[in-house]
This record gives sequence, C-alpha cells and structure tokens, in this order.
Amino acid sequence: MFDTRAVRKDFPIVRTLIDGKPLVYLDSAATSLKPRPVLDAINGYYTTYTANINRGIYKISEKATAEYETAREKVAAFIHARSKEEIVFTRNTTESINLVAAGFGKAFQKDDEVVVSIMEHHSNFVPWQQRALRKGIHFRIWNINQNYQLNTEYLDKLITRKTKLLAITAASNVLGIITPIREIVHIVKRINPNCAVIVDAAQAVPHFSVNVQDWNADAVAFSGHKMLGPTGVGVLWAKMDLLEKLPPYQYGGDMIKEVHVDHTVFNDVPQKFEAGTPHIAGVIGLGAAVDYLSNLGMAAVRKHEKEITTYTLNVLSDIHGLAIVGPKDSDKRGGVVTFTMKGIHPHDVAQILDEDNVCIRVGFHCAQPLHEYLKIGPTARASFYIYTTKEDIDALTKGLKKVKKIFA
Amino acid sequence: MDLYRELILDHYKHPRNFGTLEKPDATAQEYNATCGDRIRMEIKISKGNIEDIKFSGEGCAISQASASMLTEKAKSMSTYAVMKLATDNILAMLETTLTPSRIKCAVLPLEVLQKAINNV
Repeated sequence: MFDTRAVRKDFPIVRTLIDGKPLVYLDSAATSLKPRPVLDAINGYYTTYTANINRGIYKISEKATAEYETAREKVAAFIHARSKEEIVFTRNTTESINLVAAGFGKAFQKDDEVVVSIMEHHSNFVPWQQRALRKGIHFRIWNINQNYQLNTEYLDKLITRKTKLLAITAASNVLGIITPIREIVHIVKRINPNCAVIVDAAQAVPHFSVNVQDWNADAVAFSGHKMLGPTGVGVLWAKMDLLEKLPPYQYGGDMIKEVHVDHTVFNDVPQKFEAGTPHIAGVIGLGAAVDYLSNLGMAAVRKHEKEITTYTLNVLSDIHGLAIVGPKDSDKRGGVVTFTMKGIHPHDVAQILDEDNVCIRVGFHCAQPLHEYLKIGPTARASFYIYTTKEDIDALTKGLKKVKKIFA
Repeated sequence: MDLYRELILDHYKHPRNFGTLEKPDATAQEYNATCGDRIRMEIKISKGNIEDIKFSGEGCAISQASASMLTEKAKSMSTYAVMKLATDNILAMLETTLTPSRIKCAVLPLEVLQKAINNV
C-alpha cells in the first residue's frame, strides 16, 4: 500500500488554492491530475531534445525516437501485450475505436450483426450504431439486469453466427461496474470464433492491472489522460492478425514505406496507423505515467480506490434523499459513484459544490442510452484516483448537506 | 456569487404560469441534451401582444426559475419586444451573473419563447 499523502506531494495542482480554498478534485473518471514526473518528461522533451522522430540523423532526433519507442515498450509491458508492435498510439480512446470501426465498417455486409452493451460510453456506441445504420446491419443491445450486471447467459441469444463484433466496456464510467472480460470473450468465442470483441478499457487500465493476453479480446482501447498522462494520446492494442488486416486509418507521412506516382507501399504495423507527426511529447509523458503507476503497483492502486469507494458508498448512503445509481458492493465496482438527489437537479448540486471547489461531473456522462434505459434523468458522479483522500469525500458530504439545506 | 438566492429558489419551487393552455396560438419546445433541461412554451397572442403564456418542463433551478420569471415578464409584452430580448436581459431579470456553462440553462426558456413566436 502506498502513502496517499506522499503521492499528493507529486501533484502540483493539489496545492492550488482557488479563492483561498483548496481544490477537491472528484472527477478523475473524466481526466486524471498529472504528477511531476509526467510534467517533467513532457517539459524535458520540449526543452532538451525537441526533434521529430524516425528521420533525423542527428543525436536529439535519435533520442526522441528512442524515448518514443521506449514509451511504446512500457505501455506494452503495462498491459501485458505480446509485443510492442501491438501498441498503436492514437489521440484518445474514441480515435482508437474509430480506427477499428472504420476497418470493420468497410467489411460489414447486409444481415451482419453487431452487439453493444447498454453501458457503453458514446465512444464505443456511436461508431458502431452509425455503421449499422449506414450498412443496414442489425444493431443489438446487451442490457443489464436489475442488479446493474450484464448477464452472461444472455450471450447465447445475442451472439449468433452472423455476429461480427461485440463492443463492451471493461468498467462502466457511470455504474462503476467492472465487467468480466475474460469470461465474456471465452463465451463469445465458443459461440462464434469469428466474432471480434473490442473492449473500451478507458476506465480499466488506469485503475487495475489489465492483462490483454489473459482477456483474449481482439482489440482494447484506452486513453493516456485518464492514467496520469497528458491529453491527446490514446492507445489501441489489438491482436497482430487484426492489425495486419485493418486498412490504414489515415494516409500521409510516416505510414508509408515507398511512395510512387502510381502506387504506395504502406509501412508495417504499428507505423501503418500512425500517419503524420504524432504527439511525441504526449507519448513520452504517457511513458512516464506508466512508470509512475508501475512504481505504486496496480494492486495497490486498486486497493486504495476500493477503500475510498467503500467509504463513499457508506457516507453517501446516510444522506436522506440521495440515491446511488449502481451496485453498493465495492468488490464489483471501480472508483466511480453516481447518484441523484430527490427534487434537486444535478447541475444545481455541482454548482453549489463548486462554491467550495468540490469538482464533480453532472449530466449523462457520455452514456445517454444507459440513462434512458434506467429511466433516470441526468445524474451526478464523483470519481476517484490514487490522490483521493477520505477528507475529499468528507468535503463532498459537507457540500451535499449544504445543497440539501439550500433546497430544503 | 450568490446564485441560489430566495428569488430564484422561490420561482424554482413555486413556478408561475406552469402548465398548458387550452387553445394556444403557438407552441415550441427545446431539449438541452447535455444537461437534460426540457422547456415547452405555449402562448396566446392578441393584437401583437402576448395575452397568455404557460410553460412546462423539467430541469435545473436556473432554467426553471428563468422560465417562470420570463413568463411573468413576457405577459402583456409585444411579440416584437420579446423578439428583441437577449442574454443580458435574462441575466438582469435573474439579477445575477453566470458562468458560461450555466448561461445556456438561463437562456433556454427565452430561446423556446422566441421559437414559439416564430411559429405563429
């Protein structure tokens, strides 16, 4: 277990005062705060070896290329990929999924089927919905049961020999639910070995140890900025045979081996998918973020978040008129607690909390189909990470009591 | 910023002109998908003036209070004058300043009312 107080010292922003009051950041599911080593890595690239990669025959360019590729190795090791070539750098989770969806979109044929869970973030929902609408293929929804769980028995009905793909989140950004990806993939492949499984791991990779070989899905997408890294860098991991089959997502520099007037030979995977100058500083920053998390240990990260989540579920349950959306068992959920307050719109809740710098997220959290399925309006969400303390949760509780008083 | 003053909370808890009209001359509604605010306006017009007005919907205190106060303000105003109202008039009516993300909530009722007038 790590010392949260020592961890907090690494995050310059937690010392910031706004209107003389400290910051209580409870929106890590939207984006995480950034520790000093990540900021230093980014700044180091911009101050001591700014150069483009893969081309310069001079020292700082070679260093930049080496650091960029080292970050790829670090990310590969972090999620237990077979090789670093299975790691493609993108802008974010959304772009990683769109890269895959663009390839599948071309291959889809009439009467094909796609299955998507009702819990999906719009980023793993809309790309498949739109292709389904365009191609006239069947778009089927895997609903949750009353306990907010995905029932794997439904897969026997949902997955058929015509199902080309299942899009599934590894951890819901609203309910906190952690889905059993390994078991799901196993069942899907038993029913239809040709059905691809694409996993949105944006709320998983930052929070617990992920082993993509153990999951055995076909593609896994996540974002650097939710795991202490900078915004603008995402990751797509996919099995090599899928990466080799997928067509390039964008065309231009870096993704080519040879260009002639009448034809082009594309580069190998993963460079085939990294057209143009990438976010070099961002990738190097993500490498530093992976180091930071690895030093803490992902088992310790998970343990800390579970402790904070258990504490939050307990104290919020005592607030009359507050309803938690999602399971109350912190074994089955990540560090995300979503709730509603009777008769009070979440925007008003957030606005009053902000008077004391308590930052939460309100609305549909990019998961409007889930809110419609649950027949609830917009909700409020507090989410945690390695720097979250029980004092932060106490500030939230105090703020929520103030909200109740104002609206009493 | 003291946003949640008596005035706004009172209009939120006890909205004026809430409901529907029997035979409205025009109606309009809008939905703000980012926050789930929904406002519907129904109006009766006589000689270019708003003779009667009702609103319905759901949303945050700012959007609901703004709708309630706007219906009071708009009653007996000319449609021409209502069409000339803008964000500043709404903020003056609410007697507050708002952050950019909340201005949308405050102005939604006016947008719906102007849309209704355009629908006449």
